[in-house]
Amino acid sequence: MKILVGIKRVVDYAVKVRVSKGTVDLANVKQSMNPFCEIAVEEAVRLKESKNASEVVALSIGPKQCTETIRTALAMGCDRGIHIQTDLRTDYMDLQPFAIAQLFQKIVEKEKSDLVLLGKQGIDSDCGQTGPMLAGMMGWPQVTFAAKVEVKDGGLLVERETDSGTETIQVKSLPAVVTCDLRLNEPRYATLPNIMKAKKKPVETLKAEEMGVDLVPHNQVLEILEPPPRKEGIMVENVDSLIDKLRNEAQVI
Amino acid sequence: MTFQSVVLKAARARCFSSHLQLARATSSCRCSLSTSASDDLATRHAVAPLHAPVTALTEDESMIRDVARQWANDGLRPVVRKMDREGSLDPDILSSLFAQGFMGMEIPPEHGGSGLSFTSACLVVEEISRVDPSVAILVDIHNTLTNNAIRFWGSESLRNTWLPRLATDTVSSFCLSEAESGSDAFALKTTAIPTSSSEYVLNGTKLWISNAAQAGVFLVFANANPAAGYKGITAFMVDAKTEGISVGPPESKLGLRASSTCPITFDDVKVTTDDILGQVGMGYKYCINILNEGRIGIACQQIGIAKGCLDIVMPYLKERQQFGRAIADFQGVQFQVAMAATELHAAEVMTYNACRLKEANLPFVKEASMAKLYSSKVSEKVASLTIELLGGIGFTQDLLAEKFYRDCKVGSIYEGTSNMQLQTIAKLLFADFK
Ligand SMILES: Cc1cc2nc3c(=O)[nH]c(=O)nc-3n(C[C@H](O)[C@H](O)[C@H](O)COP(=O)(O)OP(=O)(O)OC[C@H]3O[C@@H](n4cnc5c(N)ncnc54)[C@H](O)[C@@H]3O)c2cc1C
Ligand SMILES: Cc1cc2nc3c(=O)[nH]c(=O)nc-3n(C[C@H](O)[C@H](O)[C@H](O)COP(=O)(O)OP(=O)(O)OC[C@H]3O[C@@H](n4cnc5c(N)ncnc54)[C@H](O)[C@@H]3O)c2cc1C
Repeated sequence: MKILVGIKRVVDYAVKVRVSKGTVDLANVKQSMNPFCEIAVEEAVRLKESKNASEVVALSIGPKQCTETIRTALAMGCDRGIHIQTDLRTDYMDLQPFAIAQLFQKIVEKEKSDLVLLGKQGIDSDCGQTGPMLAGMMGWPQVTFAAKVEVKDGGLLVERETDSGTETIQVKSLPAVVTCDLRLNEPRYATLPNIMKAKKKPVETLKAEEMGVDLVPHNQVLEILEPPPRKEGIMVENVDSLIDKLRNEAQVI
Repeated sequence: MTFQSVVLKAARARCFSSHLQLARATSSCRCSLSTSASDDLATRHAVAPLHAPVTALTEDESMIRDVARQWANDGLRPVVRKMDREGSLDPDILSSLFAQGFMGMEIPPEHGGSGLSFTSACLVVEEISRVDPSVAILVDIHNTLTNNAIRFWGSESLRNTWLPRLATDTVSSFCLSEAESGSDAFALKTTAIPTSSSEYVLNGTKLWISNAAQAGVFLVFANANPAAGYKGITAFMVDAKTEGISVGPPESKLGLRASSTCPITFDDVKVTTDDILGQVGMGYKYCINILNEGRIGIACQQIGIAKGCLDIVMPYLKERQQFGRAIADFQGVQFQVAMAATELHAAEVMTYNACRLKEANLPFVKEASMAKLYSSKVSEKVASLTIELLGGIGFTQDLLAEKFYRDCKVGSIYEGTSNMQLQTIAKLLFADFK
């Protein structure tokens, strides 16, 4: 089984983003691998370690610095990297999931991947669309929000968490697209020797503009706003007054 | 118009959130794809600077620092207080240090190490110190003193025997100091008397030996020819299991309480010529050389402490309200942290520059002494100020500030006291003006 993992470079989860001039300010902001993509990488590497996968290729689309993101994935255990380079923003401002999914499609076709593992969403734009769009374009089965993945009878048994409980889905055969949720696994840290070894693993660089894909966004971002500041809370005297306020003022119980 | 704001509870105690609200419309309007911001970036990149700033990290350095930072925060931080209270190192932390590759940082990959640069190794020491300086000292001594001494002067057989173990499962100690030889290190009394053409017998007691409780191997400095004075000093790699070695109980210390500091007695301990590091009688030279660069690691430990203090106090200043406003709003507070940050920056620039001088094979000994001297003063000052600015809570064990205050003090004692640094600086300074 050949696995392709998508790794998106996003503003680090710990960074408090600044909005300026109608967009998220990316200047001098720490960026790192999208946490859901880390989970996808971990799952792919585990599938390789359990001999279910023969090769894991990591694909990142974005600026020059994506090579660092790719190196992290290689240090975690991926075999090769592919970097589709572009100076267009990938946080929905320029490149949008429709174009990203098409770029993925090109690579999937070239690499003859059997399984595409992606994060369930990027923590920058929170779209969660790339996986489903890619599956649609390929005409492949898809499972989103995977919380457990098991290789079974040439296909996959995938558990996904839904609001009403755990849903178990059997993907009868590969190829397929799976997007990874938070509880799927706990990603390993890249160790120092592996960070150094990752430097020697091959990374292919392509240009987004030369992939034969229309990169023009179809949706326009009108405005980006900071979340409104939380209103100050109040102290209640005792439990009775709390219940009273919840019942009569907030009307939630 | 749709609003998305997803807040997730994360594994690894992370909190991911997309602090964003995207307001979208589904028109197919075209956006301008090249923004002026990216044009700016392109022009800025076009001019390559002649010299990289000393604080600008290479890709390797920044990746390694990030990994160390993440490990220290996620893996180490939860047990720091417990280890300090119990005065011992958590064995899981030790195995994690090996698993992450922190114990063989500069050891080449063919010997099971990570093959990092000296600067990268120092950055790891700094990041670990930012969370727990007592774990940082273990990593620092093991990597910058023992591992490197073996890499530099060890015979092929010593390197083949010990480097793979040092990188993967064996802690080491650097055994120089004794009761009567601290600053005057080469007055050491431990002897290594030859008993045959291939055997020596060690006798004596070492004091203040870091990592001794965990160590599987000791790098011991002993005099093989006391009549020759310091020119008899010879270094031996001694397996901790060798008969005649007894490690005493750890000292009860002001700080670095999770790091073991023990006396070690050598009572007729048999070693062979194969255990000798480099040449007989060259121990003093190796010792001077390795401590000259090793103290840059101590400077990094001290910088880590000062940064760890700012990590605690800076958010607190914005949160803590007195007189109806955040204490960060008072100029008296602002100026104090501004001064602290300035001195910390100076210490950092000095230390990173010492790292880079060493890596560039340029003279660095004076600069390393200056960096260690100054950063140990700065860490003490910043730790003290941190406690003051935290007010009463800074004085308690609810926060790690009081621990940093205790841990930093030894920075002006080990690997050469502040006076010894001044002596080195003065000597080299006068030599410059000869
Ligand atoms: C926590 C800890 C860990 C340690 N780990 C190790 C280890 O792993 N391995 C090891 O070998 N050692 C270790 N040491 C020992 C350390 O290196 C010594 O404590 C240090 O070298 C100082 O020696 P001393 O304690 O004998 O002090 P002394 O040398 O007695 O110094 C006392 C004071 O006199 C001053 N002084 C001495 N001579 C002069 C002079 N000529 N001019 C001006 N002032 C002078 C000193 O600056 C100092 O202020 C450790 C010590 C501590 C506290
Ligand atoms: C061991 C101990 C024993 C104690 N015993 C007692 C006791 O018996 N009885 C009792 O009543 N209290 C006691 N205290 C409390 C003590 O008096 C307070 O900790 C002290 O007044 C400081 O207040 P705080 O801790 O709230 O710090 P804060 O007032 O929050 O001060 C934090 C920092 O902000 C600075 N700051 C605050 N306002 C300004 C400003 N306007 N301009 C510039 N800087 C400012 C302060 O100087 C300080 O550095 C004790 C505290 C300790 C630690």
